[in-house]
Amino acid sequence: MIDNLMTALGAEFVQLSLTPTLIGILAAVACALPGNFLLLRRQALIGDAISHVVLPGIVAAFLVTGTITAVPMMLGAGAAAIVAVVMIEIVKRLGRVEPGAAMGLVFTTLFAAGVLFLEITDTSSVHIDVQHALLGNLESLIWFDAEGWQSLVDPAALATLPPQLPRLALVLVGIGLFIVLFWKELKISTFDAAFAGAIGIRTGLLSFALVVATAIAAVAAFDAVGSIIVIAMFVCPPASARLMTNQLGRQVGWSVVFATISAILGYVFAGYGPGWFGSPYAVSAAGMIATISGIIMLLACLFGPQRKRVGQQAEA
Amino acid sequence: MSFLDYFISALLLQAGYNSALVAVGAGLLGLSAGSAGAFIFLRKRALVSDAISHATLPGVGLAFMIMVAFGSDGRWLPGLIIGSAISSAIGLILVEWITRKTRLTEDAAIGAVLSVFFGFGIVLLTIIQTMSSGRQAGLENFLLGSTAGMLISEATTIAVAGALAAAFVFLLRRPMTLVAFDPEYAATTGVNVRNIDLAMMGLALIVTVIGLKIVGLILIVALLIIPPVTARFWTNQVGPMIGISALVGGISGYIGAVLSAAEASIPTGPIIVLVAFGFFMISALFSPLRGALASALRHQRFQRRVHRRQGLLALSRREPIYDGLTLRILRRSGMIRRDGVATLRGRTASEKASRDEARWAMARRILPDDSAIERYDGLTPIERMMTSDQIAEIDRMLAEKQGASA
Repeated sequence: MIDNLMTALGAEFVQLSLTPTLIGILAAVACALPGNFLLLRRQALIGDAISHVVLPGIVAAFLVTGTITAVPMMLGAGAAAIVAVVMIEIVKRLGRVEPGAAMGLVFTTLFAAGVLFLEITDTSSVHIDVQHALLGNLESLIWFDAEGWQSLVDPAALATLPPQLPRLALVLVGIGLFIVLFWKELKISTFDAAFAGAIGIRTGLLSFALVVATAIAAVAAFDAVGSIIVIAMFVCPPASARLMTNQLGRQVGWSVVFATISAILGYVFAGYGPGWFGSPYAVSAAGMIATISGIIMLLACLFGPQRKRVGQQAEA
Repeated sequence: MSFLDYFISALLLQAGYNSALVAVGAGLLGLSAGSAGAFIFLRKRALVSDAISHATLPGVGLAFMIMVAFGSDGRWLPGLIIGSAISSAIGLILVEWITRKTRLTEDAAIGAVLSVFFGFGIVLLTIIQTMSSGRQAGLENFLLGSTAGMLISEATTIAVAGALAAAFVFLLRRPMTLVAFDPEYAATTGVNVRNIDLAMMGLALIVTVIGLKIVGLILIVALLIIPPVTARFWTNQVGPMIGISALVGGISGYIGAVLSAAEASIPTGPIIVLVAFGFFMISALFSPLRGALASALRHQRFQRRVHRRQGLLALSRREPIYDGLTLRILRRSGMIRRDGVATLRGRTASEKASRDEARWAMARRILPDDSAIERYDGLTPIERMMTSDQIAEIDRMLAEKQGASA
């Protein structure tokens, strides 16, 4: 039994599945953490908007620098996210329209512009396309030089890790630190913005910082897993967690658990699931991770202990 | 033929039967999207349509797989449309169910449904790619739309469905307006609010599924949102707003389709959205009602009136004026000389200003309930807000008061 498990988790696993699984987990958790606060602030769709504008940001960065290296791409995407947030605010004020419509207008326009630039400029020499932007390429982030678990302590092999892995780990640590350091401020301003302002918390700055953290998570995760799973991870694990508990700390904890489960099960089902039905092909891991997070959320909606609104009667 | 020549001939429907049909189809699609979107926008549920549109993807995939299982080639557009309509209806019901039955808010429900359905749809697409590698299904085109190689039967389907949706909007316009503005009142007049809401979202669903082929499911929501937001800049009335919104949608669809027909590398969906955004930008800047330019002008005019008025009051009280803008305004309108001394005109105007202030003060005492007092902004000349009889009465009281204090 143990032997079987060890073979299953042997050298091949380390080489082909360890890094994509880890990247999936890191991406999911990095998005779920800020997602908790967005959810409670009724800004869940900011994640949606930001993940749509990452594409034009990356295309713009490519048009300016002519290369697809990570740093300009991340900067471009981050800049696009900030431009989008500012544009949403302008449209909202100028047109006096509801936030949803302003958001829909801005992110579809920017996304359309991104696709258009991508199609009309010559990007055939490099690998960026819409398909990749939407779906990511989690499956391809393998650790080519790994020969087994011992590679984890081999500096030469470690140097060839997919760069997304350390990058996402760094982003996750950064976001985690932001949330831990500003826990009290985030908590108070999320639940009672007026009180937070009265005791001297700079709520405007804090919500901007939250949007920036969201953008960073979206950009880093997007690069590895595409924009669908990003939206799903911003919304689904925190929403499921919200139905489990009334305490913010526990909610964040549950959301991390749900995000991790989604990433692992999603990757496993996408890679090995079709085999159980006799198909030799794998399906989209990003899509499967989003699907699993949806199933978890459905279960939470049906059975979560805190699924009802306060005061809502138990309905048949 | 140059791009411009081709664009113009396509614009005039002279560039071949097929591209003409596509352009007309896209125009009709935009028209129905604009008019349906107007109601959704007024009901403040713009992003629900985003969930609807992303939720079409699994339906497209499953419909394709079912059709292939029954031996057809799976690309029959009406079949794919029916499949997408069913799955997006399920998505819509789920959004409503989550919002109603759990403590989660609508935005969370929208985000969850759109991402999960889309993710599941992508899983199905990857299965389809492996199961019929010989027959490239081209289902990816449903993501961003494509009119290249569109069949005439498909264009006809879209044109007919677009026209039907527009007719549907026309028939339901009254109850939908009522529900969008005042659902409680609508309910008291016997309108079934829930059914009308469903009808509204049903319209969004119809527009989405017929727009899949041309605009694609990621961007179709733009055609439901941008035209009404644009229209809102031009009018404060529902009827005209829906008309303008439909027009903006229709023209965007038409011009976008023509542009993309003229230059094959331009993808149809994005260009239609960007044309619509162009209309939005023009409106946001130049609309006389709420545009940025008109607001700036209005603000400047107001600012000048305030400075003029305050300057005149200062003159009448013989107070020195330090503010540069006030001095400039007074000087330019010939109220003061270069050295700051009031001209004859300036003295007359400042006396009038201070007399009007006194008149208002008196009016507040003797006519405290007059509506003119509530509407007074501190700037409008009193003659425009009160009748000459009222002013004469106020003047009489002022004279009496002066007589008493003297």
